[in-house]
Amino acid sequence: MAQSAGLHEPGDQLSPQTIDRHRAITSLQEELEAIDWYDQRVDATADGELAAVLAHNRDEEKEHAAMTLEWLRRHDPVLDEHLRTYLFTTEPVTEVEKEAEAGGESGPGDGSLSIGSLKGETL
Amino acid sequence: MNHLLRSHAPITESGWDQIDEEGRQRLVPALAGRKLADFSGPLGWQHSSTNLGRTTSIDGAPAEGLVARQRRVLPLVELRADFTVSRDEVLDADRGALDIDLDALDEAARQIAMAENVAVIHGWGEAGIVGMTEASPHAPISLGADYANYPSVVARAVEVLLSAGIGGPYGLALGPDGYTGVVETTEHGGLVVFDHLRQILGGPIVWSPGVRGAVVVSMRGGDFLFESGEDLSIGYDHHDADNVHLYLVESFSFHVASPDAAVVLSA
Repeated sequence: MAQSAGLHEPGDQLSPQTIDRHRAITSLQEELEAIDWYDQRVDATADGELAAVLAHNRDEEKEHAAMTLEWLRRHDPVLDEHLRTYLFTTEPVTEVEKEAEAGGESGPGDGSLSIGSLKGETL
Repeated sequence: MNHLLRSHAPITESGWDQIDEEGRQRLVPALAGRKLADFSGPLGWQHSSTNLGRTTSIDGAPAEGLVARQRRVLPLVELRADFTVSRDEVLDADRGALDIDLDALDEAARQIAMAENVAVIHGWGEAGIVGMTEASPHAPISLGADYANYPSVVARAVEVLLSAGIGGPYGLALGPDGYTGVVETTEHGGLVVFDHLRQILGGPIVWSPGVRGAVVVSMRGGDFLFESGEDLSIGYDHHDADNVHLYLVESFSFHVASPDAAVVLSA
């Protein structure tokens, strides 16, 4: 079976979860790279209609990147924790880091028991 | 630090770990409502209301020629259950004791879980919450005293839902006595009532402290909406020489979107 050229270790030594995350990370890289390429082409072309098409395509790549990132977040608890810390904040990012680290040193946790949805469970 | 003020408590990280784990272990089995309803959130302590998508007309706009409407929302309620933990017990936790006395936390968890169950399943008028059983337009079906007859009763309830166009799978909330009864009872032929009920429902049978009688609900989704602001959390209030005073807290709303997706089984 063909395998990704991006694997740095033998595939038979990797868990299915790691390989799936590799697939997602590679896809995310490709989407972000495409956004960068489209950005440059939009700037460079002198044809306004082509620029509009390229900008449209670029913005679709952003949607793909966001979807892939969300999949990764759902399958990587540490990434999930960091995204929850930094995304959609308004303070300077380095301030968010200081607050997060200060919270981590005090050790009491945020207080939530992280119970959430129990739908369908019995006991 | 958030509003729970946990870093002010004379409790170490390992102490908090034991307290949080005990709370989680006591709450999860007892939280019946959220085993049957859709859950959204947590949306944070500052989240105050649930959008209902409805409006009320306002007579008399500030200028002529205008139509004025006001949005209707469902305010979140806060539940808080205070408890204390002995400071000696917390110190023993730091020494490695794994059996520290958290009985007061257990009781607080029982109370807050029961209150959440009652609000979701039966409603809470003072808080503006209409529960599953209150909202149901279907005539209640009597459970009767014989647990061996429960499969027949539940099958009738499922038939009522099917006739109303409400798809499954279905879940059953049973008060503690009824739950024990169906677990212990076998029908003629040796089939355990609990297993038979599972076959009829296709969904969970939920042990439901605080529930009177029982209720059969659709689990298809979109019918019963539990919105969490602050999910169940443990906060710090104050401490003295002997005890640390803590509390369990949550904020939530509950909204029935499809009243006909529940059938009441009366005790």
